[in-house]
Amino acid sequence: MKRLKLPPWLVLLLPAILILSAVVLIPLVLSLYSSFTSYRLTRPDSIFNWVGLFNYEKAVTDAKFWAAFGRTVLLLTVALNLEMLLGLGLALMVSKVTHGQRLLRTMMMFPMMFSPILVGFQFKFIFNDNVGLVNNALQSLGITDRAIPWLVDADLAMFSIIFAEVWTATSVFGILILAGLYAIPRDPLEAAKVDGCTSWQSFRYVTLPFLMPFIYIAMAIRSLDVARAYDIVQVMTNGGPARRTELLWTLIGRTGYVDARMGYANAMGYISIFLAIFFTVYFFKKLTKSRKELGMGA
Amino acid sequence: MARNFNHRIRRYTFKAMHFFGLFLAMMVLCVPGFWIVLNSFRPTVEIMAKPPVWIPNELNLDHYRAMFGGIGEGGVPVLTYFTNSLVISVTSTVIAILIGMAGGYAFARYKFKFKGGIFVGLMITRAVPGVALSLPLFIIFARVGIIDTHIGMIIAYVALNVPFTVWLIDGFFRQIPPELAEAAEIDGCTRWQAFWRVEFPVARSGIASAGIFAFLTSWNEYALASQLTRSTTSKTMPVGLLDFTSEFTLNWGGMCALAVLMIIPALILTFLVQKHLIAGLTFGGVKG
Repeated sequence: MKRLKLPPWLVLLLPAILILSAVVLIPLVLSLYSSFTSYRLTRPDSIFNWVGLFNYEKAVTDAKFWAAFGRTVLLLTVALNLEMLLGLGLALMVSKVTHGQRLLRTMMMFPMMFSPILVGFQFKFIFNDNVGLVNNALQSLGITDRAIPWLVDADLAMFSIIFAEVWTATSVFGILILAGLYAIPRDPLEAAKVDGCTSWQSFRYVTLPFLMPFIYIAMAIRSLDVARAYDIVQVMTNGGPARRTELLWTLIGRTGYVDARMGYANAMGYISIFLAIFFTVYFFKKLTKSRKELGMGA
Repeated sequence: MARNFNHRIRRYTFKAMHFFGLFLAMMVLCVPGFWIVLNSFRPTVEIMAKPPVWIPNELNLDHYRAMFGGIGEGGVPVLTYFTNSLVISVTSTVIAILIGMAGGYAFARYKFKFKGGIFVGLMITRAVPGVALSLPLFIIFARVGIIDTHIGMIIAYVALNVPFTVWLIDGFFRQIPPELAEAAEIDGCTRWQAFWRVEFPVARSGIASAGIFAFLTSWNEYALASQLTRSTTSKTMPVGLLDFTSEFTLNWGGMCALAVLMIIPALILTFLVQKHLIAGLTFGGVKG
């Protein structure tokens, strides 16, 4: 009997490929199929009711969907940029400290330990209009005497969500950029000084290009789980007030589980999957490119 | 002289601003967490007090007692959730690490066709949002009959963690020069022995940190767990947090106590892993 001999790399990769196809690929194929049907959880046989592109058409013409889509992209853009800038600032400040850097680094890691859902509850508590830390502080300091409805007013709610999101992820950027700052070779910086560069110039043209790969690593890691914002938003406002903070993910969850319209939810899910994949591929490309520029190889 | 003086003033203001900025940043990073810990020890009356009570009059363990006291007082079976979380996280981490070691080794040591493509493909599976994935998984798990079981959650979390462990472990193996294992093979080891005797010990701490990272992901995950668990037989702690909410009220104190219980293991593990994690994520930096 001849035994089938697989190349060793395939044998080693097989478990990973198997489990990922079982838990990710097959479900995705199923959800792709069901997005073309009028599948409802309450009526299991409706999965055979082929409706073609109806669900996608419905999503594309749905104002609520586009509002959620736009809000998601806005949230991601604002949050990622803020996180990067704040993380850069934080890393620069920490790297300038001479004593107690270890302690500061540990404190920086603090938000990374919090489960996203915990972050949601924490900020729901802190921004609570009645017993929250923020309103208590503002009132005790005499800045205002009314209870500011942080999570009820639409704009303020969006601000609170972005605040929570930035709070959790800034330290990811901070830590990685700090690692980058330690790794920068000294010579080019000294050369820049000898050549008479101002500190801004040497930062802009020497330090920053060296940091870019690290920034992209952080971006790539973050883009892998941007959908974590679902947990935070779901807990803090659950898409409210009156859908003013509805993101793609909360909309999908609500349509799928609360309204039980799985087919439609899966159609929207696919659009959000492509959004996520776009972000991931984009940052991985940037990462490879900036690595090459520094001659690190991939 | 005047110029010198100006220069010195500028340096001092810069220093003061630096100190102030750092202080402010650390406050923002740490205060929310301390606020949660503090409130877990305060009686509900004080949490709700208007005007707010800033200096606690009384700290006690009531919320913890209620939480562990069982159904009668707190109404939340915390110990069961804790065990569920622990069983699911530990098992899925161990499996994810084994699969990740095999996969990472394959990427670091072998050359094959479509290597880049397969790697990106693995990574992309991680980018699929939990909510979008939970819909079809829910249907399939319900069909197979593993919804609301430990097995179901473990399978889901292994798949969630495998891309990341493969990525991290690949990075760690890549830092080990291949000559090391080759030397061992020349000395008469099989490839298998060379791996366990030489390469594995060198990469061990890196693999451990990948494991801790996977553990934390499972420990903290909510989007999948909230849909794939239904009852106390498999509910994990992040899902259990929702038990403190009812339609119009929230038991803040109790929730804070559970939050503290969730953070403590994460806190300890993050401290342990700190150094390796950064090294792993940056692939050993630019040292080259």
